[in-house]
Amino acid sequence: MNLHILVLIPVLTALATLFFKELKQVRMIAFLGSALQLLLSFALLAAFYAERAAGNLAPMLFYSSFQWFPSLGIAYTTGIDGIAMAMILLSAFVVLAGVLVSWKMEKLSREFFFLLMLLSAGAYGFFISLDLFVMFFFLEIAVIPKFLLIGVWGSGRKEYSAMKLALMLMGGSALVFLGLMGIYFNSADIHGQHTFNILELSVRHLPLSAQMLFFPFAFIGFGIFGALFPFHTWVPDGHSSAPTAASMFLAGISMKLGGYGCLRVATYLMPEAAHAYSPYIILLAAIAIIYGAFATMMQTDLKYINAYSSVSHCGFVLLGIGMMNETAITGAVMQMISHGLMTALFFAAIGMIYERTHTRMLAQLGGLLKVMPFISSIFVIAGLCSLGLPGFSGFVAEMTVFMGSWQHVETGYRIATILSCASIVVTAVYILRAAGKSIMGPIVDDHHLHLSDATWNEKLAAIVLLIGIVTIGIAPFWLSDLIGPGVHGLMANIGRTILS
Amino acid sequence: MNLPMNLLLIPLLPFATFLLLGIFGRKYLSPVAGIIGTTSLLVSAILSLQAAYSYFIQHTGEVYTSIVAWKMTWLPFSQDVSIDIGFMLDPISVMMLVVVTVVSLMVHLYSLGYMKGEDRFATYYAFLSLFTFSMLGLVVSVNIFQIYMFWELVGVSSFLLIGFYFDKPSAVAASKKAFIVTRFADLGFLIGILILSYHAHTLDFPTLIQRLTASDSTYLTSAIGSSFLGFSALTWGLVLVFMGGAGKSAIFPLHIWLPDAMEGPTPVSALIHAATMVVAGVFLVARLFPIYAISCPGALELVMWTGAISAMFAAIIACTQTDIKRVLAYSTMSQIGYMMFALGVAGYGGENGLGFTASMFHLFTHAFFKALLFLGAGAVIHMIHSNEMKDMGGLRKSMPITHITFLIACLAIAGIPPFAGFFSKEEILSAAWNANKAIYYIALITAGITAFYMFRLYYNIFWSKEAKHDSHIHDEHSHGEGTLTMKIPLLILSIGAIGAGFIPFGNFVSSDGHHLHLPFEIANAIMPIGVAIAGILMATALYKKENDKSDKIVAALGGIYKGAYHKFYIDEIYLFVTKKILFNLIGRPAAWIDKNIVDGAMNGIASLVMWKANLIKSIQSGKVQDYALYFYIGVFGLAILAIYLVK
Repeated sequence: MNLHILVLIPVLTALATLFFKELKQVRMIAFLGSALQLLLSFALLAAFYAERAAGNLAPMLFYSSFQWFPSLGIAYTTGIDGIAMAMILLSAFVVLAGVLVSWKMEKLSREFFFLLMLLSAGAYGFFISLDLFVMFFFLEIAVIPKFLLIGVWGSGRKEYSAMKLALMLMGGSALVFLGLMGIYFNSADIHGQHTFNILELSVRHLPLSAQMLFFPFAFIGFGIFGALFPFHTWVPDGHSSAPTAASMFLAGISMKLGGYGCLRVATYLMPEAAHAYSPYIILLAAIAIIYGAFATMMQTDLKYINAYSSVSHCGFVLLGIGMMNETAITGAVMQMISHGLMTALFFAAIGMIYERTHTRMLAQLGGLLKVMPFISSIFVIAGLCSLGLPGFSGFVAEMTVFMGSWQHVETGYRIATILSCASIVVTAVYILRAAGKSIMGPIVDDHHLHLSDATWNEKLAAIVLLIGIVTIGIAPFWLSDLIGPGVHGLMANIGRTILS
Repeated sequence: MNLPMNLLLIPLLPFATFLLLGIFGRKYLSPVAGIIGTTSLLVSAILSLQAAYSYFIQHTGEVYTSIVAWKMTWLPFSQDVSIDIGFMLDPISVMMLVVVTVVSLMVHLYSLGYMKGEDRFATYYAFLSLFTFSMLGLVVSVNIFQIYMFWELVGVSSFLLIGFYFDKPSAVAASKKAFIVTRFADLGFLIGILILSYHAHTLDFPTLIQRLTASDSTYLTSAIGSSFLGFSALTWGLVLVFMGGAGKSAIFPLHIWLPDAMEGPTPVSALIHAATMVVAGVFLVARLFPIYAISCPGALELVMWTGAISAMFAAIIACTQTDIKRVLAYSTMSQIGYMMFALGVAGYGGENGLGFTASMFHLFTHAFFKALLFLGAGAVIHMIHSNEMKDMGGLRKSMPITHITFLIACLAIAGIPPFAGFFSKEEILSAAWNANKAIYYIALITAGITAFYMFRLYYNIFWSKEAKHDSHIHDEHSHGEGTLTMKIPLLILSIGAIGAGFIPFGNFVSSDGHHLHLPFEIANAIMPIGVAIAGILMATALYKKENDKSDKIVAALGGIYKGAYHKFYIDEIYLFVTKKILFNLIGRPAAWIDKNIVDGAMNGIASLVMWKANLIKSIQSGKVQDYALYFYIGVFGLAILAIYLVK
């Protein structure tokens, strides 16, 4: 199986959209491209299982490497393990759903779909690359389209939000870049040869002083993408100004680039520093979880509610990484997948409501279940997943993080864990508050009586995401089987260096 | 033993019904939704009865063991800790299978008439099926995390059904309250699970119980060894697990959601908030009973006292309520308190385990007569279109079947022989007598109050103001006494309310699986019967005929009555904590800080950069003269530097 095709398809789809003008043609191309991508991801999954079943125990499957700048040691190196595989699947689900909810994007439709596809190409490239420089390259590709998507197609204070998001993510990128440079220049082997290759780097032991210096750069840099407290403030503004599909991409995929980077680059390559800094990571994560949840409780705009709740939920990712044991990190990866699907579903539902009622304010909504039962049910289901109901993916991920976190007996860790557990109550409060006001209760606006329910494309988008959520929620063992060995490999390296 | 498939069908049939009706019901299956739901549950009930028959009757040997009929690893955490999903048979789970399926079947049948013509008829049946599935999954759990999962699922089905009339703001508020209060309790349950599993290195019930009860177990030593705030980890774990149980079972002070939950359709109240879900907490403590009784009597003592307080507290409030469903809700809370303290007074094994048997016995009989009371109340509400006592009275002639069955249920709950409640209550009282005299007297007084308020309710509905509602009966809006499908469940349940007490329960359910034979002593029964009769006589004197005696008593009681009528202001205390503290003292500042300080810092940095940039940008003026000036300044500077450096 050739991994490059995963980047090629979105790029070609993006280019293809440029040859057409009509919304109907453009959206069909984007739909076909992303549907093909989803099928390919499944094919890749099958090939992945086949390789593993055949006894291929290499840490990264489908490994390939092409020289790019040999003098600088930059190579286009790709390969995936179970974690990356899961992230690719997640992206494929979210991209397809995002295209489907943008079915009526009349304004500059060609450019819109072009940017969506470009963004997704960046995400796929990021997940498959094993070279730090190439990884950074794809990370940047995924930033610029966001600025335009929000600035051009957004709503509300869109220029402010777009600028804020771009600046903060650029700041994050700068920190990441410093971190990567630090890793590169400290990676000399006995011949004085530097490398960007992650697999190479994982066996070269970076000097402790360099780790301690550059870990914060890499971790905070990626952390900004993943809504690390206190650098999360781009999340609420960015998400709420973005058009629906962009919100879905942002929360569903982009924020996962951050979590993935924290794990794959910062923690994996600088394990001793990660271990030393883990109390701070846990502190910030626990703050994000509980403080994000309380801040959500007070929001009055549906998109702000989901954006703040994303801050809280992404805290679980960082908490799991900070706990640095196999169960917790497995939980962190599960949470990335789960949150990606669930929040995309949530934003999709909010987008559908906004498109019809032209408001997202709780005070102006009510009783929507009566007029749009499908959309309302999707909203409630996304909410129930968010509050960790068994049967949906959120429960699986959160419980795994909790089980892992509880293995630490130190008082500080216990307090952080208990506070994080307590967020499940606050989550219930804000979810039920939002659903109780907008979906249930009496209808507040008579104009809402004539609104229509979801169209086929919206239904399909919701069903695609729901399939992912429920498959994980009902049969989580396949996901833990998929990512387990990957996490085990990461941990083996981390454990070895910490203990030695 | 049965094939596992037969057993697995018991929960899977309602689940399949839920999916079918949940997805296609609204559009395609609305007219037949009730029939589909009821039929699938009928099969489940038959299979449960068959399972009970083969487990209890065809059983050979001295001891009832627990059988894990089926199990799979659902989510592995580490080598020895995983969430398993399975199907366990032991005396209490088999008993619960029967209770849940039979009561649920009655409610399904009853709802055919009660919910007829409802807009979301199919959705209603989908939710009922979801609830039944979740409850069945809960009682057969093999793993403490499995019970937690289904625990959450029954919680959400309860939420969905309480809020079934979603356009009514009071129903929405009640459903939110029920979910959030129980969720808060579940937080305790979750942390309790984490503590227990951390020390026992397992989530599996049989292993967990074995590891935390065997006296030579290193796991137990570790759990008792570590302490926090003066209590051992084991105590914390068990108390927190009990907190989850107390929330679900509406035990004081986590009971505040139950009365409000009466906003749901009445058959739902009968099923979820009377017979099955609310006893889940009792079931949970019973499930872990060996650990409580053997390793941590302190936690069991807490169970006992909260149960007893809850029983009496609720009974007092029940005397003052005027909404008939709320009276029944407080009565449920009181009876569950009874079951809880019965567990609390029990010990493990042999005759010490009487309380355990009694508690399960009461759970069993209570399910029948309480469901009957709710369904009877439902029939009354269906006809009168009101929940308030003042709108009722003299209904015994127009609703003969409801009247007789309701009377049977009242006699059963009051503890009059030979009705079911008498036997189970009597057992609880003798267990309490043997263990703790204070608890015994609390229980005895509560029994008297129970008889009083139940007959207050009975007289207010069926006697009191004679014939006031004759006009109602000829009213075209009235449904009369209800359809045949509504009457049949009443009759079947009243058979249970009469006959369930004659089951030799000790032969089947006991704390250690051995048969428990206890001679019935008439001397023990005299006090409870006397108290119950006194309560009934008092209610008869006050409420049989319309009079002002009760008003005078209310006036005489003054503040005490007012306190009880306002449910001792517990709701207000909670409201204060949530509104004032959680929202205003934590939520609002958090949102403010985020907007102004955290985000403000980010914006501040941006403004700072802008300001600096503004300062610098005037340099780029575009005027050639300026540039020439800078050029000369530069040259001059460099020249000076060069001169000094060369020097």
